[in-house]
Amino acid sequence: MSSAQLDRAPAPAADLLVRGARLFDPRTGLDGEADLLVRGGEIAEIGDGLERPDGCEVVEAAGLCALPAFVDPHVHLRTPGREDEEDIESGTRAAAAGGFGAILAMPNTDPVVDSASIVRSLRQRAREQARVPVGFMAAITVGQKGEGLTEMADLADAGAPGFTDDGLPVVSAGVLRQALRYQRLSGGVIALHEEDPALSAGGVMHEGPVSALLGMSGIPSISESTMIARDAAIARYEGGRIHVQHLSARESVAAVEQAKAEGVQITAEASPHHLCLTDEEVRRTLDTGYKMNPPLRSEDDRQALIDGLRSGIVDCVATDHAPHSREEKEQPFETAPMGVTGLETAFAALHTELVLAGVLPLRLVVERMTAGGEPFGIPAPRLERGAAANLCLVDLSAAWQVGDAGYESRSANCAFDGRTLTGRVRMTVAGGAVAYRERSFAIQGVA
Amino acid sequence: MRKHLLSIDDLTRDDIERILGRAQSFAEISGRTIKKVPTLRGRTVINLFYEASTRTSSSFELAAKRLSADLVNVKSAGSAVDKGESLKDTVQTLSAYDPTAIVIRSPHVGAARLVARWTAASVINAGDGKHEHPTQALLDLYTLRRRAGALEGLRIWIVGDVLHSRVARSNILAFTRMGCDVTVCGPPTLIPRGVEELGCHVAYSLDGIEKADVIYALRMQNERMTGAFVPSLREYAARFQIDGRRLGAGQLLMHPGPVNRGVELAAEVIDSPQSLIVAQVESGVVVRMAVLYELLAGGGDPGDEMSSLPPALVRPESVA
Ligand SMILES: [Zn+2]
Repeated sequence: MSSAQLDRAPAPAADLLVRGARLFDPRTGLDGEADLLVRGGEIAEIGDGLERPDGCEVVEAAGLCALPAFVDPHVHLRTPGREDEEDIESGTRAAAAGGFGAILAMPNTDPVVDSASIVRSLRQRAREQARVPVGFMAAITVGQKGEGLTEMADLADAGAPGFTDDGLPVVSAGVLRQALRYQRLSGGVIALHEEDPALSAGGVMHEGPVSALLGMSGIPSISESTMIARDAAIARYEGGRIHVQHLSARESVAAVEQAKAEGVQITAEASPHHLCLTDEEVRRTLDTGYKMNPPLRSEDDRQALIDGLRSGIVDCVATDHAPHSREEKEQPFETAPMGVTGLETAFAALHTELVLAGVLPLRLVVERMTAGGEPFGIPAPRLERGAAANLCLVDLSAAWQVGDAGYESRSANCAFDGRTLTGRVRMTVAGGAVAYRERSFAIQGVA
Repeated sequence: MRKHLLSIDDLTRDDIERILGRAQSFAEISGRTIKKVPTLRGRTVINLFYEASTRTSSSFELAAKRLSADLVNVKSAGSAVDKGESLKDTVQTLSAYDPTAIVIRSPHVGAARLVARWTAASVINAGDGKHEHPTQALLDLYTLRRRAGALEGLRIWIVGDVLHSRVARSNILAFTRMGCDVTVCGPPTLIPRGVEELGCHVAYSLDGIEKADVIYALRMQNERMTGAFVPSLREYAARFQIDGRRLGAGQLLMHPGPVNRGVELAAEVIDSPQSLIVAQVESGVVVRMAVLYELLAGGGDPGDEMSSLPPALVRPESVA
């Protein structure tokens, strides 16, 4: 992992002998029971019957699966400005509890992350508080107003791994074009929240039969896909690199597919909630835990996202973890804010709804959940000798009720709240240090 | 019977039949000189109205009083104070009166369902945003069946601003559930995308309306003009107004009121013998008595309601 861009609080380098886990890594082709030795935060050895070096903790992991740690390129840490909803410590703790070894934070905070000094101060805070390495994306435009470009080159020098006005689209095609031209100087992928405000005006959920039934204004899928098509055309013309955030609709997958076929440098992400849930949940419950932007769409859209994930048109999974206070979410659906949390449930949701349901193989889900840093130049973690220790231990057969034992996140607006999911992260090693250990997962055999 | 009436979608055909039958028996009571029955004596009904609606709130008020319930009217007309916390606070405060039922009208979709989470009382949706108005649909069914005899197989055209109409939504569900053949008709900008999946046909002109047994016109609100939904009221009226020429002999005319004379309906049809508009208003009270009775007094005869008290009070469920 590029340590120049990601920061975490100091923590002792892990010295662990993980004994008897199923080691599983789609990139190295590893899949089998073996021991894994972490020394000084690095994977020192993989093999059978490894000796425990002095001072090394033994983790008895028989029955667990060791996976490369997940990487989430789309997290809202709500810092600065709304620390009542989340902060760097709680957000990265939630990430670690979900098996994530690295995350990228969105800049739509208060103030917006649009100057090098803000990036530097956030990085400083991360070096004091972050449980897992975290990178801070910077805004494309000053104040996210969609007008003037931020000092993108300075921001990149200060450590911003990329740029986004997430939460808002870049409405002006001219401004996006300038940002993509400037990318030659600044580097850094431009990540895009794709939405045409004129098409989604007033909308609170997916436009379709369910919104017709409920009498709520809809956000049509073309609000997203037409902007993707526009931005792909601009990126192609300028030779720029773009990353499409939180894909939600069949038309959007098609737009990305076409752009890739035309040679556009474009990557895309989809969230666990869009891959697992549809607007039928809104119909059934009218629960604001299902209110998000882009909205949960139809079953047909969901299937298209799954197909996109399978084929690689959708490059990676991103949670779009968006904490909101209880008071804000406890409102009628139309007036509640958009956004749901998801760091702690991402793997379990996909494992339950896609892997156990026989829709996608575990290999593919793990590959896409660990690929989130790649568009931003952060390589995916690997389980191999000499690599930094970034891994999680997961009990693939453990069923648990979401929210029953509370959340590590400061907010509880989880779209999977109350559901029984199968697959539980017991321990996470991130950036070479133990970042999370489930309370019941006892330390065994420390010398 | 259920505990709440939140949506027509929740009702089976049998539920609807039972409510309509009960309304019929209350209609006989309403024919008496003394119109009160002791059915809900000692129980409290709260009318919580966040939107002005004289028609609906007075109809519920009269229904509750004829059943001898104690009534509390809470009005917050014209304001939008039922934002999140304050709606919850209000409901929890009112719950201290230990109401048996809360009737709620709100500008927000799903408000009734939220209230149902926050109170142990039965909740009746008297209109939530553009979503539903289930008692209007029930009184329309009741009115229509009294006049037409049977509902099954009736061809009904709902004409006008379907997009913004909670009445349209509840009525599409109610009419189709009772076996009617429903067509919604209006300018394409006022027909919600995907509405045909509710089981109705869609038409963008009045061509073919002569085959309808019932024409149900919706109120056209002037403010929709400024929202650029239709180019002008004149063009709307020219194409979608029901007038004497459109209303064929033998066709019945309905409207949820209040009517914009000269917009969705021409004056000559409003008071015609084919119009059920006055009958709809009259039906309101007995149908709402029937709904209150079904939710609060349980299944049996109006005389033995004490044997089936509402479900024990439970702690309000918290919202995740
Ligand atoms: Zn976004």
